[in-house]
Amino acid sequence: MELVPMRDGFLLAAALFALGLTGVLVRRNVIFILMSIEVMLNAAGLAFVVAGARWRQPDGQVVFLFILAMAAAEVSVGLALVLELYHQYKSLDTDAISRMKG
Amino acid sequence: MLELLWLVPAIPFAGALALAVLGSRMSHRTVTMVGVGTVAASAFISILIATVFLSARPASGMYTQTLWTWIDIGSFRPQIAFYLDALSLVMMLVVTFVSFLIHLYSAEFMRTDEGYSRFFAYMNLFVACMVTLLLADNLLLLYLGWEGVGLCSYLLIGFWYQDPVNGLAGRKAFIVTRVGDTAMAIGLFLLFHSLGTLRIQDLLHAAQGQWSAGSAYAIAAAALLLGGAVGKSAQLPLQTWLPDAMAGPTPTSALIHAATMVTAGVYLIARTHVLFELAPPVQFAVAAIGAATLLMAGFSALTQNDIKRVLAYSTVSQIGYMFLALGVGAWGAAIFHFMTHAFFKALLFLAAGIIIESLHHEHNIFRMGGLRKELPIAFWTFLIAGCSLAGLPLITAGYYSKDLILWSAGSSAAGSTGLWAAGIAGVVLTSLYTFRLIFLVFFGLVRTPVTSRPGLAMTIPVCVLAVLSIVGGFDKALFARFIARALPTLPEAVGGITETSSGLAAALAFLCGLLGAWFVYQRNPRLATAMVENPAGRVLHQFWFSDWGMDWLYDRLFVRPVVWIARVNKADVVDSIYDGLASLTTVCYRVLSLTETGKLRWYAAWIAGGTVAFVAIVMFL
Amino acid sequence: MTIVFYGAGAVAILSTALMITRLHAVHALLYLIVSLLAVSLVFYALGAPFIAALEVIIYAGAIMVLFVFVVMLLNLGEEAARAERALLKPSMWTGPLILAAILMAEFVYLLAASSGRSLGGAMIGPREVGASLFGPYLIGVELASMLLLGGLVGAYHLGWRPTSSRELR
Repeated sequence: MELVPMRDGFLLAAALFALGLTGVLVRRNVIFILMSIEVMLNAAGLAFVVAGARWRQPDGQVVFLFILAMAAAEVSVGLALVLELYHQYKSLDTDAISRMKG
Repeated sequence: MLELLWLVPAIPFAGALALAVLGSRMSHRTVTMVGVGTVAASAFISILIATVFLSARPASGMYTQTLWTWIDIGSFRPQIAFYLDALSLVMMLVVTFVSFLIHLYSAEFMRTDEGYSRFFAYMNLFVACMVTLLLADNLLLLYLGWEGVGLCSYLLIGFWYQDPVNGLAGRKAFIVTRVGDTAMAIGLFLLFHSLGTLRIQDLLHAAQGQWSAGSAYAIAAAALLLGGAVGKSAQLPLQTWLPDAMAGPTPTSALIHAATMVTAGVYLIARTHVLFELAPPVQFAVAAIGAATLLMAGFSALTQNDIKRVLAYSTVSQIGYMFLALGVGAWGAAIFHFMTHAFFKALLFLAAGIIIESLHHEHNIFRMGGLRKELPIAFWTFLIAGCSLAGLPLITAGYYSKDLILWSAGSSAAGSTGLWAAGIAGVVLTSLYTFRLIFLVFFGLVRTPVTSRPGLAMTIPVCVLAVLSIVGGFDKALFARFIARALPTLPEAVGGITETSSGLAAALAFLCGLLGAWFVYQRNPRLATAMVENPAGRVLHQFWFSDWGMDWLYDRLFVRPVVWIARVNKADVVDSIYDGLASLTTVCYRVLSLTETGKLRWYAAWIAGGTVAFVAIVMFL
Repeated sequence: MTIVFYGAGAVAILSTALMITRLHAVHALLYLIVSLLAVSLVFYALGAPFIAALEVIIYAGAIMVLFVFVVMLLNLGEEAARAERALLKPSMWTGPLILAAILMAEFVYLLAASSGRSLGGAMIGPREVGASLFGPYLIGVELASMLLLGGLVGAYHLGWRPTSSRELR
């Protein structure tokens, strides 16, 4: 079995994280922002798994499990909030919801 | 009995305090009682002390009374202590007695003034500070009294503060004397730094031991003290404040600016005479300043038309004589002249006050005249004092004291014929302007009618002073022996001028002046106006009238640049540092509050940017 | 395994890039699911089969489904896509792209210096992970369960709306 260098694994995680970051900063629709955040979480988890595989221990996978649980909780609450937001403002544009200005 | 020494300054001080705090609630009578009574008590106690001191003399010729330690830091322990020897006894006696007479006079002179209690509070405070100055055991306490009399002088010159001119005169006096006071303070620092003590007697011993004659330290210290004396005694170049100080009430002019405060400089030099003996160039400077001032002020007095200004220039001139005496080493002669001068100059001012009051505040001598018959008391006392001032031979006190100074100037080791000649010229001038004043004011036609006559409270002091102006000089030998216990006597005469020839020359000078004044002002009044109309005469008249242009000079040299700098710095460079800090903070606040846009993406962007920067920092540093 | 890794990695990056540029919400979701599946393959290639399975089941299976539900509830259809086009101007891409590029550059710089340890030799299966979870990481499990409980309560509370029966009264 050919092996994969650790560096490439981290590079993949870094690339996915950077793409997710770009998505958060560019999109104005809140659903897309949440999706990009999921991408970033996933990338972080990938980095953990890569590290765990380097040491040949299950710790990386365990941490990914926790990240997964956290992502689930966050998405459920976040989407409930999105629904509430749409109910109040009839719009999903985050730039328009700037009442906390100043 | 000598333990009562501390009461002499303390009683007037308590009186000043009482009048300051409760004066507005006291009745007129109570204020008079307190104001005059404190100084009367002070004079009485000083007479008591003098009798005890003279009869049962302390062995060392001096008595020190220590009250408490004022400051206690390391080796610096000045105390509140009073030192009584022949010098301070004489001065204390003269000051308290003349002050008492003047306070009595003011009780009537100021009776209609609405600041009556304020006046007596200031005058009492002045007496307390002056006595503190005279009795001070160490230079720091002396400086305290020095500053105190300066303060009272300022307060009293600007007494009628509603008129801004008076406030300006007070300010001028304060600022000009301040220049001298600063020099004196630096001198005190120098003395303490190099000799380790400010206690006068210890200081003088240490100076004699450590410093050789002509050493740089001695010259510097003596020169700085001379600076202070010049400021307070209104000598060249700091004499410009005294003529303007006549804006104050006449009793103030009599007490402060004639008899007592302006002689504080003379006292200082006499007290620290050891330092001046160790610095011959400075001592010569004292004599030179005295000679120059007495001539300058004499010329200026000749042209004035305000009666008080003539007397002010006369004071400057007479103190010049005292400085001349100090400069040639005739310490006792200077103090003797101080005593006689206090008598006749205070009398001159008080008599002038009677005239001013009776003519309803008329100051211009060209509008007075013929008061010989109208105000006889003022005439006779003024005449006696004027003769004493000019030096009428043999029967006036002023003749004896001035004669002693002239002879010392001509014959002592440090004196010279030039100084003697300056002194004689000064006698001519003195006689001229004094008799000019007398002829213009008391002879001729009545130009302004007399509206009131003086009461008893004003008559008694002038009569007492007139008597003293005559008899005060008869004890010359006694005085010399007494003062020799505190001040060194003049070594035997070395110059070519004998005492008799000097006396004759002085008498001749007096007669010249008298005749000249009589000729110009009494016999040919038109001659006076002709002299002034003459173009050269007009220039000279203007020049001497404005005190040899010194006010103009100081205005150009000092006042204008400082005012210009103040105007340019109106926004205050130093303040702008602190204002700048405040505005910087405000600017930062405004900038940062722009980042609170309320937009989610912006916050996310800042977080991301911050993270990137942080990672970069961790990577590269 | 190497080919699997690189191929799945390329797919993941490509589909993520496509995801963030879509205008239609459902299209973006579908691309995201593809990305997640690709990452699951990467996990398998690295020797973490348990996590690969969980990625598919929970992430792509539950979380993405939630997203789909919400998108349907909000009825984000064609007019929303048109609105998105208006919002998504090309000039808006410059700033974030620069920031992401700097971040990538930093990562590359950091990783260039790392040693080339090789991965994927051993398979860490469910047995080891389970033993680890019930052993050293027990507290973490409890905390994660509390977190999920909190999320549950929060989502329920936020989603509760007065029913029409209340409005009738």
